Amino acid sequence: MASLTLYPEDERLVGASRVAFNLYMITAIGLFVILMIIGLTMRLSQAMWFEVQVDLFYKLLSMHGTGMVGTAALSTTAVMWYFLRKYVNLHLWAFITNYVLFMLGAVCIIVAIFIGDYGALWTFLYPLPVNGMGLWSSYTAALFMAGNLLIGVGSLLFYFDAAAAIIKKHGNLGRALGVQWLFKGTIDPNHPKAVVASTMVIIANSLGILAGAVVLVMSLINVFYPDMHLDALLAKNLTYWFGHMYINATIYMGVIAVYELLPRYTGKPYAISRPFIWSWSASTLFVIIVYPHHLMMDFAQPQWLTIMGQVISWSAGFPVFLVTTFGALQNLHRSGIKWKTPSRFMILSLFGWAAGIVPAILDGTVRNNLVMHNTQWVPGHFHFYLVLGVLSMVLALMFHVTGSRTQTPPNSSADKIGFSFYLIGGLVFVLAFLAAGHMSVARRMATHLEQWIPTDKMGSIGATILILGMIYFAVRISIGLLRSPSSSQATGASSSSSSQ
Amino acid sequence: MYLQDVIWTIALTGMSLVALGFLLIIFRASKQADEATRAASNATARKLKTWMFGILLLIFVSGSWATLHDYPIVFQDGSSGQQAVTVVGRMWSWDVIPDTIRTGVPIEFQVTSEDVNHGFAIYDPNGRILSQTQAMPGYTNRLHYTFSQPGTYTIQCLEFCGMGHAPMSYPLEVVAKGGM
Ligand code: HEM
Ligand SMILES: [Cu+2]
Repeated sequence: MASLTLYPEDERLVGASRVAFNLYMITAIGLFVILMIIGLTMRLSQAMWFEVQVDLFYKLLSMHGTGMVGTAALSTTAVMWYFLRKYVNLHLWAFITNYVLFMLGAVCIIVAIFIGDYGALWTFLYPLPVNGMGLWSSYTAALFMAGNLLIGVGSLLFYFDAAAAIIKKHGNLGRALGVQWLFKGTIDPNHPKAVVASTMVIIANSLGILAGAVVLVMSLINVFYPDMHLDALLAKNLTYWFGHMYINATIYMGVIAVYELLPRYTGKPYAISRPFIWSWSASTLFVIIVYPHHLMMDFAQPQWLTIMGQVISWSAGFPVFLVTTFGALQNLHRSGIKWKTPSRFMILSLFGWAAGIVPAILDGTVRNNLVMHNTQWVPGHFHFYLVLGVLSMVLALMFHVTGSRTQTPPNSSADKIGFSFYLIGGLVFVLAFLAAGHMSVARRMATHLEQWIPTDKMGSIGATILILGMIYFAVRISIGLLRSPSSSQATGASSSSSSQ
Repeated sequence: MYLQDVIWTIALTGMSLVALGFLLIIFRASKQADEATRAASNATARKLKTWMFGILLLIFVSGSWATLHDYPIVFQDGSSGQQAVTVVGRMWSWDVIPDTIRTGVPIEFQVTSEDVNHGFAIYDPNGRILSQTQAMPGYTNRLHYTFSQPGTYTIQCLEFCGMGHAPMSYPLEVVAKGGM
């Protein structure tokens, strides 16, 4: 069972670990701000409040999509690492190598987009990357794909190190996931939720990244040997198998922060239970086989895959509502909590996840997909659980750690104002996308029809408010992380900014 | 009434219910319960959870049946006998043959692409999507639709296909049965 001390000794960041964690988080929050401003630029341009050339728009969209997915993964990997390292023996070099490969990959991607003019989006759906109609060359596409490959290899490396450490401690991944307790046996009350969640992510996301690597390598071969055509449907299956798992893994890594931190803030223990084990075992399976909901409009796809896509999309609601959200709210209920900035973000994150899954499930229904697919309904639901869900999880941990210097969680008036901006701006921003989807506004379009502009304006206003809050968080968190202590006892230690 | 309106209503209701649940708990969070109250509310929570599980299961089973038993996508064996309209997408235009269609006649759109992936969506004269399928190179997707109202519909590409994606549309004339 997680300790109820707010800042337990075994979580203290010292020396190289602290540098690594700060590198991850400060990079991430800086990237989030920049990429959000890019997002706002696109929204403003759709609203006709700001002019962006068509080719630049798609470059920005490629940058925003790839960058956000990557940064969400980067930051939630740091969340997973932060807690998992208490329970198993992780190697710091693997964590740092992941960072280095991420940055190298990011450079390839940025060069491919802004110098090579790549504009085929983060999903690099074959054969568009190799068919740029003269706007970008195949070599540019190759550079973009190599960048993705580097980032994927970094993640795999980190996961394999974590898998090895978990296996060493728990025997095998199944036992770490808790499958031995599915039907019988007394659950070890000290079995960490962080290990269960991490194991799920390692299993699912490694498969996803491998699928991504296969399609990337196949596409790369196609760049250099254009006569070797790929099957477009197979490539799309692999692409979405990868894409869906990779972005979904971020929420499963991020939620570890809620499992670990929430009971400390409510002061109520948050025990592991059989439904919890069930929910994570089931989610492992669901997240691996749910991706066909991205191919519902590919009628050539075997029908059973499409039906599975719908049934599993619906099933995915059970663990989210009945276990994670219910459990966390039960933990919060009548706890006598004194609200602090991190706990506010934790509860917001669960709301973002639970509410965002509603429009997601609706879209994951074949019948509805016929009228909602590739409308702004889609960015509507995924921004719901990425902006309000995943980012809130990461912000919760970032804020929590900035409090470690004085061992008091942050809770300034400015934080509260920033939080309201984030919440209100965020809701307006995501609801504008959903409202647009309802009106059949297409996604991924540089130019919008006259009648689409009202929701574009609403979205721009929401995003502006949200970003104001986010810029404040970025400054506050960066300073806070740099000032948190590097060595010896935390209490009373004052601002020594960098350590070694 | 469009299907989109139903979906939107369900989504708003569902998201509001979630928000309500959160608000209820948040309002009851700050007051600390003693041991006895806590035990009592844990028991209530267990009951509530069982009920929620039951309700979700009911929605899951009945909803899956309702949305799937009359499967919304036609079987792709190509033996429908309906009036065929062939659709070929390419960067960045559509070939639609024939390009005039009558109301009341069941149409089979046979959709493919010559180059990259495109999306074949039919927008009605009010600008709302009626149905869609993907246009994928190497595959032909068969989409069945019967128009009931004459008018100028729009075929719009819905799968990002490069610079010319947004303007990649095509007017589809639907005339009253008998007429032409
Ligand atoms: C203020 C914050 C944000 C703004 C203003 C913003 C804006 C946008 C816009 C305008 C689009 C394109 C919508 C369209 O298809 O018409 C988009 C797509 C996207 N956004 Fe955001 N976004 C924000 C935050 C985020 C965050 C935090 C994430 C992830 C953690 C994210 C991930 C994505 C992804 C994956 C896409 C899809 C790209 C594609 O279609 O290829 N966004 N965003
Ligand atoms: Cu297109």
